[in-house]
Amino acid sequence: MSWLELDAVDVHYGRVQALRQVSLGVEEGEIVALLGNNGAGKSTTLNLISGFVRPSAGALTWQGQDVSRLKPHQLVAQGIVHVPEGRRIFSTMTVQENLLLGGYLVRDPAVIKRRLDQVYDLMPRLQERRGQEGGTLSGGEQQMLAIGRALISAPRLLLLDEPSMGLAPLLVAQVMRIIAAVNQSGMTVFVVEQNAKAALQIAHRAYVLDTGSVSLCGPAADLAQDPRVVEAYLGGA
Amino acid sequence: MIQVIVNGLSVGAFYALVALGYSMVYGIIKLLNFAHGDIYMLGAYVGFVVLGALTSWLSLPTALGLVLVTLVTMALTGGAGVLMERVAYRPIRHAPRLSLLITAVGLSFALEYGVRQIFGPKPSHFPVQIDAGSVNLFGATITTARIIVILVAGVLMVVLSLFVAKTRQGRAMRAIALDAKAARLMGIDVDRTISLVFFIGSALAGAAGVLAGAVYGTIDFLMGFIIGIKAFTAAVIGGIGNLYGAMLGGVALGLLESFGVAWLGGQWRDVFSFLCLILFLTFRPTGILGGRVVERM
Repeated sequence: MSWLELDAVDVHYGRVQALRQVSLGVEEGEIVALLGNNGAGKSTTLNLISGFVRPSAGALTWQGQDVSRLKPHQLVAQGIVHVPEGRRIFSTMTVQENLLLGGYLVRDPAVIKRRLDQVYDLMPRLQERRGQEGGTLSGGEQQMLAIGRALISAPRLLLLDEPSMGLAPLLVAQVMRIIAAVNQSGMTVFVVEQNAKAALQIAHRAYVLDTGSVSLCGPAADLAQDPRVVEAYLGGA
Repeated sequence: MIQVIVNGLSVGAFYALVALGYSMVYGIIKLLNFAHGDIYMLGAYVGFVVLGALTSWLSLPTALGLVLVTLVTMALTGGAGVLMERVAYRPIRHAPRLSLLITAVGLSFALEYGVRQIFGPKPSHFPVQIDAGSVNLFGATITTARIIVILVAGVLMVVLSLFVAKTRQGRAMRAIALDAKAARLMGIDVDRTISLVFFIGSALAGAAGVLAGAVYGTIDFLMGFIIGIKAFTAAVIGGIGNLYGAMLGGVALGLLESFGVAWLGGQWRDVFSFLCLILFLTFRPTGILGGRVVERM
């Protein structure tokens, strides 16, 4: 059984079925990418793992425990932290306050201090702007802040929803480097991306979601060569 | 002149204390809690009962007794606020806003006529009154009661501001007001934090109720109605959802009424308030401090 496992999961929004028999797993220490087009069910999958939607069938287990009925804040306490699509920075609060909110469940001020320093080391840009309101940051800075905010709680599984969305290519590369660095330091990452090329460069394995079902899966390097992926998601010939 | 200002400030202190709860609740769940004024009334009656019980058991100095009664009342009305949210609002939090609003109005009547059922329609006399001494300030005669009201309200507001600005729970409240989903992603238990907001807001209104009883001497089951609307007015003037706005709006409304009354007479008091409400809703619906345009009902 995988560290995080979805086993034959269905999700319905009213009568509309968003996920159909989705099975996938993430192992400790990996970066796993979930690729697919708009509306394929990628965000639904993340919202399922972080407790915002409930499965109508199938099982969701985390370290062997059924977590399909836990609420989002309880999952954060279990170490599953979700960086949402569109960053959702607290716009009128400062960068530092945003980061402190990421550490909401951490009670020890010394630990928070240490992790703040780690995040500022990793992303010096945030330190320069620590007193500035979150809403005044550029898109790239906001994405870094969103990731930094998640890191303060020292998650065991980091869920990222479209971290490259709306960013210039240079910034996409920078954000991907940060994700890879975070993974190097031992954190497990599950990343949802439309930008398949960028995601496949840092991921170990990947799944492709097509209208609510997993259509392909395998090591990232293999998928990057797979003609079906190249044609559909990498803009290849 | 100073007389008028101090009068305005002391009335404004009541408005501000009640407006804070109005505004905090609106800020966090976008609900206009029309039953909030009745929590103030409930505070006065809880204070009335607790004070009655207390004076028959022990003989405390009046000041100490009042402080004790205020604290007990704040805890009890805070609890009532939490219960109110849990029973009446939480089950329909995601229902259309009109349902919430009608529930709030219903709850207001339930509280008013529930209290009438228990204590009767006639005003009750508060067992203790802040003694009617007065001091001379720059030639104006100021009753001690008014000074106490201003001081107590000031202390409560400073404590609240620090709590919301500096503490972990305060940050969580602001986070939910900005983006409830993102707040959940931080590990914040939104339901519990909303309960906390209801507790604090209701405790402040309860404190105002006890003070009102001790200052004015009589309490009745409809006393929360008019102050509820005034507090709503104050919250709108200051910028609803904004903590400092509620304080500023309360004080501004108190002063405005005080000057208006000094100028034209007591019967014009409410005309001033509601004219002010209408003007703000028409020309500056976000209030003095509300910068961003918030969704209106």
